[in-house]
Amino acid sequence: MAFLEIDDVHKAYGQHEVLRGVTLNVERHEVVCLIGASGSGKSTLLRCVNALEDIQGGEIRIEGDCVTGAGVDLNALRRDVGIVFQSYNLFPHMSVIENVMLAPTKVGGISKDQARTRGMALLESVGMSDKADSYPDMLSGGQAQRVAIVRALAMQPRVMLLDEITAALDPELVGDVLEIVRELAHGGLTMLLATHEMGFAKEVASQVCFLDAGQILERGSAEQIFEDPHEERTQQFLSRVVKSGRL
Amino acid sequence: MSLVSEELQPSPTPSPPRPVTGLAVLGVVATVSGTLLMLLAGQWLRDYNGGGPVSTAVMAVLVLASLYPWRFIILSFGGARRRAGLLAQDELVAARRASARGREDALIAMGYSAAAIIVALILLFILANDGAVAQTFFDVDAIKASWKEILKGFWINIWVACVAQVLVLMFGLLVAIMRLLPGRAGAPLRFLAMLYCDIFRAIPAIIVIYLVVFGTIAAQIPVISKFSPTWLGLLALTLTYTAYVSEVFRAGLMSIHPSQGAAARSLGLSYPQTLRTVLVPQAVRRVIPPLLNDFIGLQKDTALLSIAGTYWQSFLFAMSPVIVPAILFIIITIPQARFVDYLIDRDARRRAGS
Repeated sequence: MAFLEIDDVHKAYGQHEVLRGVTLNVERHEVVCLIGASGSGKSTLLRCVNALEDIQGGEIRIEGDCVTGAGVDLNALRRDVGIVFQSYNLFPHMSVIENVMLAPTKVGGISKDQARTRGMALLESVGMSDKADSYPDMLSGGQAQRVAIVRALAMQPRVMLLDEITAALDPELVGDVLEIVRELAHGGLTMLLATHEMGFAKEVASQVCFLDAGQILERGSAEQIFEDPHEERTQQFLSRVVKSGRL
Repeated sequence: MSLVSEELQPSPTPSPPRPVTGLAVLGVVATVSGTLLMLLAGQWLRDYNGGGPVSTAVMAVLVLASLYPWRFIILSFGGARRRAGLLAQDELVAARRASARGREDALIAMGYSAAAIIVALILLFILANDGAVAQTFFDVDAIKASWKEILKGFWINIWVACVAQVLVLMFGLLVAIMRLLPGRAGAPLRFLAMLYCDIFRAIPAIIVIYLVVFGTIAAQIPVISKFSPTWLGLLALTLTYTAYVSEVFRAGLMSIHPSQGAAARSLGLSYPQTLRTVLVPQAVRRVIPPLLNDFIGLQKDTALLSIAGTYWQSFLFAMSPVIVPAILFIIITIPQARFVDYLIDRDARRRAGS
C-alpha cells in the first residue's frame, strides 16, 4: 500500500473533462514531478488531492484511508496535506508571521506563543525572519513564495503539494525558492509537484509523470522520461521545452 | 510574410503651433460677461439691503474677484504675440510651446469667469422678485426664534444616526453572510435574505418610517408598540439601511479573490473560520468608502423622522427654520465626504504602490 494513492480519478467542469482517469501512487519520502502543457490537468490533480475540487469518479487514499467523497473530514485532511500555490495567496491583511501562525493557532490547537516561536524558527530557516512583521504587499515574489511555503509547513503536513510555485517568479528569484524545495526533498518530505522547471525536476524527482489531456501518458524515472521518452507526445512536449530554452 | 516591413512610413511633417488669439478673445468675452453679471447681482444686493455698507463691501469684493481672470487674458495675448514672433523666425518647437502656454492661460481665464458667472446667476436668482427668495429662505427673525429647538432636534438626529449605524453594521454583515451561505442547506436562508434586501431597497424610507411608526402603534403589536416614536423611527431606518449596507458587504465579500478562500481552506480552516479570519476582514477594509457613503445617506434620512411627529413638525411650512438644519447637515456631512475621498485616494495609492 502506497502512502498516497490516486486511483482512476475523473474530474469535469460541466461538460469539460479535465482529468480522465488518473492513477498514481506516491510512496512515503518520494518526490513526484508532474510535467505537461498548460491545461493538461496538473494543477487540477493537485487541487483534487487537497479536496479543493471535488471529483466525479475514482478515489484518493492517504495511508489507505479514503479522503474523497461524502463524510470525509476535509479540515482534518487538509491539516495533513499542505499546498503551495503559483500565486502565493498570502493573506494581505496579515503580517508575515500572522500568516504563518493562523492555521496552527486556529486549527492546530497550539498557543500563540508556541506558534510564534515555531513560525519564527521556520522563517529563520528560509531567511525570512527579518520580514516577520512586514505585510505581503511589501515582499518580492520570491520572498512571498518562501513565506507561503513556511505557512504550509507550519501545519507539519505529511505531504506537500506544490503547484507551479516558481512560474510567477522573476528568473533570478527562482533559485531561492527551489533551494528550499530541494532541502525539503532531502529532508524526506513526501511531495507532489507540478512544475515547468525541467532541470529541477530532473534533479529531485524520484518519479516523473507526463500528463496529457487529463491522463498520465508516460511515467518513469527522471532519466528515462527526459533522456529516452517513449511516447510521441512526450517527445514533442520536451522538444518544445528545449526550444524555449528551459531544458 | 515577414514581420518587419521594408516600406517604412514617411517621416511626418512637423505640426504647426495651434492658434491662440481666438481662444484668448473667447476668454475676454467670458470675463466681461462675468464682470457685468456680477455688477448687476451686486447692484441688486445693495438695493435689497438698502445700500448698507456691508452689502457695498460684499459687492466690491465680488466684482473685484470677477476681474481676476484678466490676469490670464493678458498672459494669453502675450503668448499669442510670442507665438507669432517665434513662428516668423521659424522657431517651430518654441512657437508650439508658447502657443500651448497661451492657450492654457486662456482656458484658465475662462474657467474662473465661468465660476463667476455661476455665482452671479445664483445671487440674481436669490434676489429676484425684490428679494422674495431671500425673504422666504433666509428670514433672520424666524431663524432666531426657532434655532434652540432646531438644535435640540438636531442632536436627536445625530443620536439616532449613530445608534442606527451600529445596528446597521451588525445586521448588514449578517444579512450579507446569509446571502452567501453555501449549499442546499443555505438555499432557504439565501432566498429570505434576498427577499429582505429586495423589499427594503424598493420601499422609500419615508414609507417604511410611516408604516413602522404609525403601523405598530395602531396595530398594538406587543412590546414594539411600547417603543417611543424615536426608537420606532430608528428601527425603521435600520430596516431600510441594513438592506443597502448588506449589499455593500456582499459586494465586498464577493470581490475577494476565490484563491484567498482556497488558501485558507487548504490550511485546514473551516468555512466559518475562513469567513472570520480571512474573508470578512479583507471585505470590510475594502468597503469602508461605500459604507461611509451609505452612512451619510442614513444621517440625512433621520430628517424623515419628522413625519413621525418627533421634531420640527410645526415648522414644516416655514422655510427659514428648515434652512438651518439643512446647513447643519451640510456642515457635518462635508468632513465625512472628504474623509471618504481620503480613504479612496489612500486605497488607490496603495494599489498603485504594490
